[in-house]
Amino acid sequence: MSGMNDWTKSRYLPSVVLFAGLIVTAILPATGLLNDYLQFVLVSVAINAILCVSLNLVNGWMGEFSVGHAGFMALGAYASAILTVKLFPAAPDILLFPIAVLIGGCVAGLAGIPVGILSFKTRGDYLAIITLAFLMIVKSGLENIPYTGGPRGLLGIPRLTTVAWAYFWCVVAFWVIRNLVYSKYGRGIAAIREDEIAAEAMGVNTRTAKLVAFVTSSFFAGVAGALFAHQLQFINPSSFDILKSTEILVMVYLGGVASLGGSLLGAGVVTILTQCLQPLGTWRMVVLPALLVLLMLFRPAGIMGYRDWNWLKPRIFTKPRLEKSKQAPLQ
Amino acid sequence: MSALLETCNLTRQFGGLRAIGDLSLSVNRREILGVIGPNGAGKTTFFNLLTGIYPPSSGDILFKGNSIVGLLPSQIARLGVARTFQNIRLFRRLSVLENTRIAYDSQLPYSPVDALLRTPRARVRERESIDASMELLELFELGSMANECAGDLSYGSQRRLEIVRALALKPTLLLLDEPAAGMNPYEAMQLTDFLRWVHGKFSLTIVLIEHHMQMVMDLCDRIEVLEFGVRIAGGKPDEVKANPRVVEAYLGTEGELP
Repeated sequence: MSGMNDWTKSRYLPSVVLFAGLIVTAILPATGLLNDYLQFVLVSVAINAILCVSLNLVNGWMGEFSVGHAGFMALGAYASAILTVKLFPAAPDILLFPIAVLIGGCVAGLAGIPVGILSFKTRGDYLAIITLAFLMIVKSGLENIPYTGGPRGLLGIPRLTTVAWAYFWCVVAFWVIRNLVYSKYGRGIAAIREDEIAAEAMGVNTRTAKLVAFVTSSFFAGVAGALFAHQLQFINPSSFDILKSTEILVMVYLGGVASLGGSLLGAGVVTILTQCLQPLGTWRMVVLPALLVLLMLFRPAGIMGYRDWNWLKPRIFTKPRLEKSKQAPLQ
Repeated sequence: MSALLETCNLTRQFGGLRAIGDLSLSVNRREILGVIGPNGAGKTTFFNLLTGIYPPSSGDILFKGNSIVGLLPSQIARLGVARTFQNIRLFRRLSVLENTRIAYDSQLPYSPVDALLRTPRARVRERESIDASMELLELFELGSMANECAGDLSYGSQRRLEIVRALALKPTLLLLDEPAAGMNPYEAMQLTDFLRWVHGKFSLTIVLIEHHMQMVMDLCDRIEVLEFGVRIAGGKPDEVKANPRVVEAYLGTEGELP
């Protein structure tokens, strides 16, 4: 470990690269190199990546099947839009927007608590139905609140989601979820997926693990919802229906379950492919599902299922200290 | 010597079936207790009651003098009751190291917030858990397989890993559910030596469910015999061996043990 050759191994390298990325994404739109359309696609990739990695926490790492992700997204979108449109329309954006996104995440995160509690005793198909019910409650609830426009939705949301903000929140989501899955709680979550009875017998507090998973997952769905609202400048309850959840599910299972890299890949591939296939018109609705069928046949865990790139892992996991085997206990 | 574990009139009813009936027995500190009985005698149910997987229908379980009835399985595990399973229940898609660490993790005091933000406190504990788990794996010659998937190990190594994982909980009481299942007599003999070594090295109290009679007779200080959920005999291996009731219920109507 000496000399300049080892700069690639420096522990500050990831932070420097990520910060440089933030500066680039902040400057690029101003240079005019990115037109509005490209900016829109980039922001969509980032938002979808946040949705994908957060849903992956529950569906991939914990091995449950939640279809309610769009519901959490809706809560984040509406909570943040109420702040920017109704309550503080005059506040300076640079201050208001991060707070609005954070509050959107917190509202969704709070809604994750009851779903998490219901998951203590319910698993598999039954939990999937509970998340579906949750989604329907959120959607029909929003349709019946006149304050947010009922079924017509909320109009006139300022366009505050820049490429830089989307990038920033995407990095935060991946960083936090990476920290979680490589912690004792993350191992507990994976143990629940592998064998819940054995996990409990090994002292894993499965209730805490499930709550942490659901709250973190829904928090970032809320963050993504807030970014989404301030990208499209218009939201209505039917933007957050079961189809939206399905779209995120496709990204998760295409990219790879229980994988950070897979989440990034799934969100990127699906978002860009949907854009590239625009000329096909309605037929593009066939291509993606067909791709999914092929994937399930040949790679059921997704492209990166249960694996990850080393650069996405915390450093202590990429350099295990394997010592020489000591004296044999048997003989 | 006070008993480490005591059950008082422990009963578990599954509908009309009485899987465990009025079972009162005690496990002394540092002993190896064998629990034998024909298939369906309620041995595994007994373990499931002890580890909190099901609540007893009635009766009480005292561990170190305190009742553990009503506690969650994870709470009982943290008190120092570790177990292995009859049909191996490893975390198959996780690595050998992760399997061990999950059991060790219950001793790491850091909060979800520390985990989400990867604070220095969480980092130090993570390091500690890797080092301690690696050390344990090295001790059991599993160190070189630390990064392999638990499901890819050979049957024997999986059995061994399950015991290592249980030991990572730092238990005082280890419950082994048919650890020699699927082993030939030679392998069972090796396992006997291995368990004796583990018992001494980790100062454990062991309760062993097993069908390999040779192993039970060699290893156990005391044996309890169950039939249809009821204790029909108990005592030193030689006494149990000679007990006509046991011979009849479990080992056949005639003849001696090997």
